[in-house]
Amino acid sequence: MSTNAHNFPAQIPIPIDPRIPAHIGGPRAKSSRIPVVSPSRNVSSDIPKVGLSEICLSYRTQSGERLLALDHINLQVKAGEFLCIVGPSGCGKSTLLHLIAGLHQQTSGQVLIDGHSVKGPGTDRILIFQELGLFPWLTVGDNIEFGMKMKGVSKAEREEKTRYYLRLVHLSQFKDSYTHQLSGGMRQRVALARALATEPDVLLMDEPFAALDAQTRDLLHDELERIWAETGRTIIFVTHNVREAIRLGDRVALMTFRPGQVKREFVVDLPRPRVLEDIHVARAAGEILGELREEINRSLEVEYNVGVEPHVEVGVEP
Amino acid sequence: MKRAVRLIVFYAGLFGLWTLLSQLKIWPPYLFPTPWGVCEALYAGFKDHSYWIAIAVSMRRVLIGYAISMVLGMLLGLGVASSKFLEETMGGLLVSLQSLPSICWWPLALLWFGLSQNAILFVVIMGSLLSVTLAMEDGRKQMPKIYGMAGRNLGASGFRLFWYVLLPASLPFIVSGLKQGWAFAWRSLITAEMLYLSLGLGQVLMMGRDLNDMSAVIAVMILIIAIGYVVDGVVFKSMEHRLQQRWGLTPST
Repeated sequence: MSTNAHNFPAQIPIPIDPRIPAHIGGPRAKSSRIPVVSPSRNVSSDIPKVGLSEICLSYRTQSGERLLALDHINLQVKAGEFLCIVGPSGCGKSTLLHLIAGLHQQTSGQVLIDGHSVKGPGTDRILIFQELGLFPWLTVGDNIEFGMKMKGVSKAEREEKTRYYLRLVHLSQFKDSYTHQLSGGMRQRVALARALATEPDVLLMDEPFAALDAQTRDLLHDELERIWAETGRTIIFVTHNVREAIRLGDRVALMTFRPGQVKREFVVDLPRPRVLEDIHVARAAGEILGELREEINRSLEVEYNVGVEPHVEVGVEP
Repeated sequence: MKRAVRLIVFYAGLFGLWTLLSQLKIWPPYLFPTPWGVCEALYAGFKDHSYWIAIAVSMRRVLIGYAISMVLGMLLGLGVASSKFLEETMGGLLVSLQSLPSICWWPLALLWFGLSQNAILFVVIMGSLLSVTLAMEDGRKQMPKIYGMAGRNLGASGFRLFWYVLLPASLPFIVSGLKQGWAFAWRSLITAEMLYLSLGLGQVLMMGRDLNDMSAVIAVMILIIAIGYVVDGVVFKSMEHRLQQRWGLTPST
């Protein structure tokens, strides 16, 4: 099927082929029949894949006061780009993903995909939730098929693609298992396969690896980077781990504590594949951490009414 | 194994006590039948097919009635759970209606439908509808919101969101309510059948009384209990078991 669809047994780490230039708009698995990356129509190069324009979100708290969660967010993501969003907890970065996915409605501003305003959910943007939301009543295979079934893909095609994506995430042997029978890392890969199987242009990931142990997370970083290079998807990845953001992203956007704003954007100009423990990664992370620390301080002051000097170590989740 | 032994001892004891009491002849035999009298009545009833017919008629009615109240109850429950307005207005009404014994609908059913099958069906539906509705409402609320969001995210909406996501996601939370709905449907059916010449088990039970045949009365009571037990213990137990296995929940023993 695909020259890239390795037939390795599950759970064996795949070293990323350094010959694959995994930069923006990297190789799009040209030799494979599926997945087909649908080239977005009527897109000239200056229209971003995802455009956030003046996004504001406010809501009423229990006590009745209005809280501004997102404050005039402007962000643009190019097709095939890997954008990471970091920020202290409570900055609204997860909410932002929900808005892009169309699961919630912003108070004002626009989410644009290929220049078109988003009105509700669509399978061109798939969100991988922090808690995954895999369906426990379906087998792994049926979970992966679900989005295609909703799209009206024929049964034969569904089965073929399910096999393909199961191989892509190295879970071929677990097609008929139920999700509770899998480990955390395996479940994470099922969620990734389920999202990819609907062949979205944009993949939204909400702190997907936060709950995993370090080894599994490293492995999944490699796999995600490989899959990104193979499929050429646009990825927006939310995390609070700065080093993870540097490890994966072409660009890192730093958000402020409530109200959430984009404080600064960093272009990560390091060759891939990157290693989490690499000194260059650490140095780049240090730069961003300095600014993040201010926001964390602010969040602690607001949340706990204390002025503390938090010890934020490089690479350690704040 | 030990459990089986305990059960056998218990039922043998019960049977022995029954035999003893009937042999002591404290009460006349037409008021207190002997165990073998009941066995004979059961044998005779099955032999002349009257029990088979009664069971078939009753099962058909209860299945139709239960199916209707499942569909209506799920729709109602879903509506109440997803609409603030419906919850405030109808929610309280539903709970208060549940205190009404289903047979109270019988006079109303008689006037609406006449002495007919439909009147019985109506009582069965009213008996189980509320439990199913409340179970569905509760299940829909208890169900983690993530499943609905994930379903919408993957392109499901409207009826397909309900059928493929919301319903299966809430099943573990509504299965006990469905079971309760079944029990109510079964009881309502027997009650309604006792009030009307209807061929069902309820009527056969009343016939025993009319003929002063206490053995037949006890025999039919045993049948009613047995059917209720089989449906609960076999159908619903295996359903619960399968759900627990799939979801990876520890089976509650």
